[in-house]
Amino acid sequence: MTRFVPSDDLVSWGRVLRARHEVARPHWRDELPALLGEGAEAGRKLLAIGLRRSYGDCGLNPDGAVIDMAALDRAISFDPETRLLRAEAGISLDALLAILVPRGFFLPVTPGTRFVTLGGAIANDVHGKNHHRAGTLGRWVRRLGLMRSEGGTLELGPDDNTGLFAATVGGLGLTGLIAWVEIEVIPIASATMEVETIPFATLDAFFPLTAESDGAFDYTVAWIDCLARGDARGRGLFSRARHAAEGPLVLQKKRPGPTVPLDLPGFALNGLTVKAFNELCYRNGRRRAGRAAAPYEPFFYPLDRIGGWSRLYGKRGFYQYQSVVPPEVAGDATRAMLEAVSAAGEGSFLAVLKTFGDMPSPGMLSFPRPGTTLALDFANRGASTLKLMDRLDAIVREAGGRLYPAKDGRISAAMFRAGYPNWEDFARHVDPRFSSSFWRRVSQEEGP
Amino acid sequence: MKIIILGATSAIAEATARLYAGEGAELLLVARQPERLAAIAADLKLRGAARVETATRDLADTDGVADAFAGFVATLGGVDHVLLAYGVLGDQKSIEHDPAAAQTSLTVNFTSAAAWALVAAEALERQGRGSLVVLGSVAGDRGRRANFIYGAAKAGLATLVEGIAHRFATSGPRAVIVKPGPVITPMTEAFANRKGSMWSMPDAVASIVRRAADSGGPVIYAPRFWRWIMLVIRSLPSALFNRLEI
Repeated sequence: MTRFVPSDDLVSWGRVLRARHEVARPHWRDELPALLGEGAEAGRKLLAIGLRRSYGDCGLNPDGAVIDMAALDRAISFDPETRLLRAEAGISLDALLAILVPRGFFLPVTPGTRFVTLGGAIANDVHGKNHHRAGTLGRWVRRLGLMRSEGGTLELGPDDNTGLFAATVGGLGLTGLIAWVEIEVIPIASATMEVETIPFATLDAFFPLTAESDGAFDYTVAWIDCLARGDARGRGLFSRARHAAEGPLVLQKKRPGPTVPLDLPGFALNGLTVKAFNELCYRNGRRRAGRAAAPYEPFFYPLDRIGGWSRLYGKRGFYQYQSVVPPEVAGDATRAMLEAVSAAGEGSFLAVLKTFGDMPSPGMLSFPRPGTTLALDFANRGASTLKLMDRLDAIVREAGGRLYPAKDGRISAAMFRAGYPNWEDFARHVDPRFSSSFWRRVSQEEGP
Repeated sequence: MKIIILGATSAIAEATARLYAGEGAELLLVARQPERLAAIAADLKLRGAARVETATRDLADTDGVADAFAGFVATLGGVDHVLLAYGVLGDQKSIEHDPAAAQTSLTVNFTSAAAWALVAAEALERQGRGSLVVLGSVAGDRGRRANFIYGAAKAGLATLVEGIAHRFATSGPRAVIVKPGPVITPMTEAFANRKGSMWSMPDAVASIVRRAADSGGPVIYAPRFWRWIMLVIRSLPSALFNRLEI
């Protein structure tokens, strides 16, 4: 029988916080009820975790207990007629693609890595480059099994009128343990993508590009060079794509790329190297600009090629900062954020810009809302990094925007509540035995 | 390709079964718990297995093994590979002072496993082809205070499989004992902080187990570097070995 065993160095993807947890790693659904009972017995708080790709602390529960769901990774059923796929929550999107692609189907929504669990993707109500067309992944959930600490498994779907489904989708694992999920998937005719890359010289050029493309392309996203100064500020590469109408339905196996074997020294990613990287990205993109047929794997998952890439940021780890601001102020707020980053000289290795569509997100705490989202990452240099993010907070808050909890490890309770005004409705559905570091911070709940 | 897996709910067995499923194999899974077998079977079908059958049986029970094994082969309509993957680690400290518990450990890990290995060997020899892959352990290479009862059973099993391989040398089929180092599975969950280069994931061991059915052997370590570690450990003089906390 699976038990909780102490582990002293559980980290999230950002690797900033290293904490002690009691960890259980069940392999079978029949082990879960006892674990929920035992985990809560000692008065500790519980949290289910997956492949730990959340950047900050919403997947950490320091000094509490976690149920690592990664070994509950079995597909349960798939019906090509109804396009409904049911699987245990710990299955990775990578494994789902291996099941779907050869049969001519694809994930309806995918984030930028396929090494996340299905349960985690629902708990964070992830979005992808097709948000303007498909909304969040939560919109595609038809049923899910939620286990609460008081016992039993609840089967919930979009027809639920108690609010528990809406709290669970995007609910950061706080409403209980998601044991299994059923999603609707989409048909594809080919595993190939038709991709078009368009360089743009200024941020102002991004908005008309995305407005013009979102109607005709399933997937749109832009990368920007946020270190470029002067005339080049706001330059970037816009990419738009759709699933090709013809081509083989073959699974694109991850080419065994390099793996980062250890934490790089802190100086490895500095202003100069990041600037050089960004320059290279831009030039490379400009060289390859135009239309091309591309495999889906590098298009959706460019960073999955480098195993453990977060270790590039060294021992102190890094922060990811992802905001969304409403359409009316998107241009000004985005410009202000890029200026603040550039002025602080805190290079962001990756800066990604995307316009969300107006499909409502199903979760009470779902991040996507109409507007423009900007994702930045910053090496953890301590106080100066936190200060920069505080400045960005002020811009986002003034714009009426909010931050993405899946990426966050430092947001204040006030900032969270301003962005998610219905957080108190949500809090009513939180399982009393469940918590996370993130939740304690933003709800100012006592520690375990 | 037709595969029989004895102890199919073990983490290494399940990871290996996924590799076979990806090749479109036909599998027969044997283990004690029918619900768990059903969960694995549904998953393997979606991962590409052409066919998955299950048989519920406590493999420690050796009554009528020959008939039972013949039944497995008949269900699949033949057999190419047999993977024997079950075992119990047990807590050495509590079983070494309890002769009955020690005997149970030896019965499950050696006596019953040997019975299944021998009937599988018979079947493979009769048809003149096929592979028998048995999971052993580095614990069988030298008795250590930490796990010598489990280790003794695995040592016996290794010798048995080496002998079967020797018997097969001129007749066509193959027999291989795969000896994993410590693996992060439910069997080892009592160990705190299972991390570092000594610990492997079931997937990594599974790919070695899968290849072992096709080539190499009769003794294969998983991961391979354990061959050299165990060579050193076996060579240590007792005076030194006795002082090591390993």
